[in-house]
Amino acid sequence: MSDSHIHGDDKWSHSHPKQPDIEDGPLTDYMVMTEAVGDLLIEKGVFSAGDLRAMIESIDTKSPTDGGRVIARAWLDQEFKVRFMEDVNAAAEELGIDAGTIPIRAVENTSEVHNVIVCTLCSCYPRMLLGLPPDWYKARAYRSRVVRDPRGVLREFGTEISSDVEIRVHDSTADLRYMVLPMRPDGTEGMGEGELAAIVNRDSMIGVTTVRKP
Amino acid sequence: MGGLEAGPVEQSEHDYAPWEKRVDAIMRLLTGKQYEVITVDELRRGIEDLGPGVYDELSYYERWISSITNILIEKGVISVDELGRRMEDVCARREEAGI
Amino acid sequence: MTARYAVGDRVHVREAYPPGHIRTPYFIRGKSGVINDIAGEFANPEELAYGRVGLPKLTLYHVSFRQTDLWSDYNGGASDATVVAIYENWLEPA
Repeated sequence: MSDSHIHGDDKWSHSHPKQPDIEDGPLTDYMVMTEAVGDLLIEKGVFSAGDLRAMIESIDTKSPTDGGRVIARAWLDQEFKVRFMEDVNAAAEELGIDAGTIPIRAVENTSEVHNVIVCTLCSCYPRMLLGLPPDWYKARAYRSRVVRDPRGVLREFGTEISSDVEIRVHDSTADLRYMVLPMRPDGTEGMGEGELAAIVNRDSMIGVTTVRKP
Repeated sequence: MGGLEAGPVEQSEHDYAPWEKRVDAIMRLLTGKQYEVITVDELRRGIEDLGPGVYDELSYYERWISSITNILIEKGVISVDELGRRMEDVCARREEAGI
Repeated sequence: MTARYAVGDRVHVREAYPPGHIRTPYFIRGKSGVINDIAGEFANPEELAYGRVGLPKLTLYHVSFRQTDLWSDYNGGASDATVVAIYENWLEPA
């Protein structure tokens, strides 16, 4: 990176003018291309070095923690849940979470319907609330098989869906994103919002797993 | 690729390298409402244009930066010549830094 | 532009294979489903893919397909479904 890099572990960043990224490992043509293209776009004023730095920092701050907070609130606050089901982006904003400009649509898992999210075309994912997608979400196996055999794929993740529950697979597109509102596990009645947020795992918010009582 | 035959889902994950995040950030900026230099559909078309063999050989962000670069050249945002020279500079810079 | 189809309508996805960048996945071409909801109007991605403006906008629908209609050997539940976003130019009345 030309201007700075970010130490992902502690989110501590500092400036290294024109210093390469030691963490990148052996230099490939694609890394060189990436650095060159970024520098040229900055020089041409397409965007500024500050814009690029801010965007990388923003990518680093996104994680499933944000999604978990929204889900926990929806479990606890019925009126919030109604607003969340209508407009995820606006509901997240209420909690001070920037869910971006691409509309996110919530689908609710119940005892009758289990929703699963995939993007068979590419890698559309509610990344503003979950962070960057895991490799398997973008890989061939998940994308090709989850529409063909959703129950089998879920089983590989340790998720067994009863045969009387309808499975609904949602194929995302670039124009809008999906996010699953998982079922709140039994026996969590006494848990507070923070505790509930902490048990919401990333994959449950795309329906590949469920949330379990700790 | 929905419905095609494929093996088990390899539930592997890796932490994204700084250069991968840079590719992601460049694309986010280029497709952002503020700039609108590239659309997501152009990015995908560019990836498809890389051909089926390349699709499997390259990693996710290698495909992205290849597609982004080709589209920027097509649109005249950057030229082949200046890109080539700048890539040489980047390599020279790295060598100086002893990497 | 008004939407040609309404929620609950049965529709058929055109079975066509033109070259170019197309959002309609292969696995639902030639299949029939039901309009789940109308997602809105969006610039035509088949035009956007080539650097053009993609106007006029097209209506985008969420269409629900029964898994048993998509895969003859499907062995999950009878009501299992896949929901796919499809642009109006790819749909015909079923």
